[in-house]
Amino acid sequence: MIEHLIPILVGTLAAATPLIFAGLGELVAERTGVINLGVEGMMLIGAIAGFAAAADSGGGALAGLPAGAVAGMLAALVFAVLSLSMAANQAACGLALTIFGIGLSAFIGQHYVSFSLPGLQPLDIPGLVDIPVIGKIFFHQDPVTYLALVSFGVVWWVLKKTRLGLVLKAVGEAPDAAHAIGYPVIAIRYGATLFGGAMAGMGGAYLSTVYTPLWVQNMVAGRGWIAIALVVFATWNPTRLVLGAWLFGGVTILQFHAQGLGIALPVQFLAALPYLATVVVLVLISRDKRLLQLNLPASLGKPWMP
Amino acid sequence: MPLLEPRPAPSAPMRLLSPLIAIGLTLLVGSLLFMSLGKDPLEAFRVFFIQPLSSGNGWSELMVKAGPLILIAQGLAIGFRARIYNIGAEGQLIMGALAGGGVAVALDGVDAWWVLPLMVVAGAIGGALWGAVPALLKTRFNAEETLTTLMLAYVATFTLSYMVNGPWRDPEGMNFPQSIMFGDPALFAPWFEGMRVNASILIAAAASAAFWVFTSRSFLAYQLTVGGLAPAAARYAGFSAKGTVWVSLILSGLTAGIAGVGEVAGPVGQLNLNISPGYGFAAIIVAYLGRLNAIGIVLAGLLMALLYLGGEAAQVALQLPAAITGLFQGMLLFFLLGSDVFVDYRLRPRPKPVFA
Amino acid sequence: MSTVPPPFSGPPGGVPRLELTGITKRYPSVVANDGVNLRVRPGEIHAVLGENGAGKSTLMKIIYGAVQADAGQIQWNGREVVIANPSEARRLGIGMVFQHFSLFETLTVVENIALALDEPFDLKALAARVKEVSTRYGLPLDPGRLVYSLSVGERQRVEIVRCLLQEPRLLILDEPTSVLTPQAVQKLFETLRRLASEGVSILYISHKLHEIQSLCHGATVMRGGKVTGTATPARETPASLARMMIGRELPVCEIPAYTGEAVPVLTVKGLSHTPDDPFGTSLKDISLEVHRGEIVGIAGISGNGQAELLATLSGESTGPAGTVSLAGQPIGHLDAGKRRKCGLTFVPEERLGRGAVPPMSLADNATLTAHAQGLVKKGFLRPKAAWAFAKTCIERFDVRCGGPGAAARSLSGGNLQKFIVGREIMQNPIAMVVAQPTWGVDVGAAAFLRQTLIDLSRTGVAILVVSEELEELFEICDRIAVLAEGRLSEAVPKADTNAEKIGMQMSGLFRNTDATEAAHAAA
Repeated sequence: MIEHLIPILVGTLAAATPLIFAGLGELVAERTGVINLGVEGMMLIGAIAGFAAAADSGGGALAGLPAGAVAGMLAALVFAVLSLSMAANQAACGLALTIFGIGLSAFIGQHYVSFSLPGLQPLDIPGLVDIPVIGKIFFHQDPVTYLALVSFGVVWWVLKKTRLGLVLKAVGEAPDAAHAIGYPVIAIRYGATLFGGAMAGMGGAYLSTVYTPLWVQNMVAGRGWIAIALVVFATWNPTRLVLGAWLFGGVTILQFHAQGLGIALPVQFLAALPYLATVVVLVLISRDKRLLQLNLPASLGKPWMP
Repeated sequence: MPLLEPRPAPSAPMRLLSPLIAIGLTLLVGSLLFMSLGKDPLEAFRVFFIQPLSSGNGWSELMVKAGPLILIAQGLAIGFRARIYNIGAEGQLIMGALAGGGVAVALDGVDAWWVLPLMVVAGAIGGALWGAVPALLKTRFNAEETLTTLMLAYVATFTLSYMVNGPWRDPEGMNFPQSIMFGDPALFAPWFEGMRVNASILIAAAASAAFWVFTSRSFLAYQLTVGGLAPAAARYAGFSAKGTVWVSLILSGLTAGIAGVGEVAGPVGQLNLNISPGYGFAAIIVAYLGRLNAIGIVLAGLLMALLYLGGEAAQVALQLPAAITGLFQGMLLFFLLGSDVFVDYRLRPRPKPVFA
Repeated sequence: MSTVPPPFSGPPGGVPRLELTGITKRYPSVVANDGVNLRVRPGEIHAVLGENGAGKSTLMKIIYGAVQADAGQIQWNGREVVIANPSEARRLGIGMVFQHFSLFETLTVVENIALALDEPFDLKALAARVKEVSTRYGLPLDPGRLVYSLSVGERQRVEIVRCLLQEPRLLILDEPTSVLTPQAVQKLFETLRRLASEGVSILYISHKLHEIQSLCHGATVMRGGKVTGTATPARETPASLARMMIGRELPVCEIPAYTGEAVPVLTVKGLSHTPDDPFGTSLKDISLEVHRGEIVGIAGISGNGQAELLATLSGESTGPAGTVSLAGQPIGHLDAGKRRKCGLTFVPEERLGRGAVPPMSLADNATLTAHAQGLVKKGFLRPKAAWAFAKTCIERFDVRCGGPGAAARSLSGGNLQKFIVGREIMQNPIAMVVAQPTWGVDVGAAAFLRQTLIDLSRTGVAILVVSEELEELFEICDRIAVLAEGRLSEAVPKADTNAEKIGMQMSGLFRNTDATEAAHAAA
């Protein structure tokens, strides 16, 4: 059994990486009261921008990831102008961003359908990789997967230990109060939204330049939406978000290992599993209204103007 | 200092002008895009908006595409008024198509007038049930319908894939993932030789009329609207929030399901993996562009259908990728949301200089 | 009663702490401040007096840097300054305690305070200072508590301590006593007098005349955005101050006696309720009777179960059938719409967004609750009937607006309240529940609304009023009860109680008073 499990767990971590990036970004944005349903679109835009940069520059993933982050941030900027500066309905703006992202990425992606990229070799962390079982799973990964975990550490530290984290939470909790004591609410929300865009773009670029590494139309395949669901599941707590992302990473790659594990279910069922699991997880967490209300940023999704 | 300030009352002219402004801006940015691609914008617009309508078949195709868009959007608009965001109409369309198509597969060879009506009813029920699942999850477990409807759309896609790869696969289809071709009793007969327009468009027309009466005159629609504009006021008045969720999601599932049957019993003629070019998502834009108003939705549906046709024409005539349609759809929705801001807000006049 | 403040003994003719000259602020529909002059000396407690909409709050926001004036000058200790934002104001030494608190519910006391201080982030050191300062000024606080678990009075302490930590030279308090019991008001005044004696200037914004008379050295009176005068409150009478504030005599209500039979109509029995909202207050064993022809008032400070009690009365939250009954019929299990059909109507505290749908016209807002009055037939709307209903309501209740087609949000608070009260009365209720009938309403509209409620009760309707304004309750009610910490005291005739007794009960002490023992004995 264990010899089957190790490759699954190794794959789980990589499959979780785009969810961790996108989920952390959305988590920070939602902490300030901004719900951006455009994660799927930003990931797609990041994926195609990253792929194009990687392919055109010949720089591979090293060029692709920053390009994806910048593209995701620009996409988030459009959302921010509409929903923050102009106080348009956040849910509708996010949907628009997703629809736009699907169209734009497909449009640009036409030129890149037959390209393939080299991807990234796993990077062993010296010493740690030799720990039995654990070493193979956690310390024999591609560098971007480590980067995702480092981002988690940074986000956790900022939210938990710094004044900035407190300010982000305050703005999401009561923008009027934050404004009254002198915080620039709109600017802070812009910052968080753009951070969310950069992270989503990076997650998308990871998919197209490292994970696959190919451009396929609509290749994000709902991961953006799953990332949004993960934020709810995590009750806006970054540690739970990473655990949730690992869970979903595992469910996602199960279909590739089903045969080895002797699971005789239709392939379509296994492919649908992550989406079904999202629904189940949402139901489990949402039924406890008090738990959600205690953690939900009180101003989430509500337009605010000074 | 913010540039916008709230209007004392929403601007009625702006509400009507806003879609036109959005269309205008989309055209403007579109021509910049065409120019950057080295195409003559005037020629591009001719290909996009004039050429598809220069033949009888073009008009027929316009109806074929506008029908499902309008039908789905009418249902979605009810929910959007109540701020119930069903974004998984694509899944409800597929489940409707599966239910209706299942009837056709089961009754293959039965030559009776009631086969097609039975398919429509089955499709309506299939779509409505798929819409009822997120309604149950929302009312019983408080789960966000935005996420559940979309997740269930993916599940519907895989269900369709399973059915046409497995139980319902055409045994003589050379292993392609598709069902048998439906017989005539299970198809909407084309009205004109060589054109695809058929009676399913009448369903969309009848639904539009019914939704117009419903939204403009019924107390139930009033309650849904209040629930969307001011949830606390709806609670205060005693309107049922759960009822709103159920009505919104079942109605929109139902219309999407019927639209699904219209596709498999119409232009597609069987169950396969390409039964919808994203109508369920495009209908979201149609609903907003049509101001969530039944008549507006008819106009918006025609425009969106034209955008689909134009995209196809541009692919042939201008060697532009078909994805340009999706790009225009996204832009249109962005510009619409942007100009809609001015229904409730106006630009703050520059403060007059005051001399102390 | 209250002690008269000693005449102000600051250095005569010295440099004022703050001097405003010709401050003007225009909004699209209104001139909020029109050439306002104001002068506060070091160590002076200075009142800014005016009714709702007089421009007091805008003026304070300008001083605190939250709003920029269009014209005028600000001098701070004799030097002209531009206050671009609140942190600039804090640097100068200006602190502000907001009317609607600027606190964050899910953060702790010390985190809330840290957010408003411009200094290195060290919560441990700060917590120690919070303890020290709060004890020194008699405002005890636990720095680690989450704000949502604090009472309203404790929250105000957080705001005040937050200001004091910055060692302000000018402290602005915006309607600080609206959330305090009479006893807590006295404690606050002691703190303020002590601060003033240490040289801190205080700007005290209020519309409560007796408070200003007992606390303030000087006063600036505003009306319609302009200064209508300055005064030494101790030398004025409430009537003379009121004249300066509203430009005429204070209107007085006429209270005829009810001659009909006193039959119980609205009955609450053994009502306990835990709200879904984790920040809400549980109701504990509440019993109450309202009779035909009387107005019963419920006093108390918001946050003590008011929202929850109102929701269980209106039907927005439901419970066991027998806990609430109307004319003997159990209605505790019915939703708001069904209760209305039985003859119970309700005026909520929030007018926009709850009592009325902001962007909808008044005609459409009539349909919201009055649909059973022929505005809906067989499931279809009757727009003409709704229009006529709204028109009658506008005329009968003196609603100043652009007609039945005007959007609810375009009305002033007072006029919208008249419309909502009118709409609920026109449904011919046998009982009516009204929350904060005159909150944020100008004096004229408030008098009209109070008289309307009195007249309605004398036609035999049972009325329950929940209000934070004690004076209002004493003016219009026949009996008064107190809601504190989710418990309700027995309603006693207003002649048998007074502000001091009610204040004791508001502090949650009524369990030890005679009234409660009687209530318990009865139960």
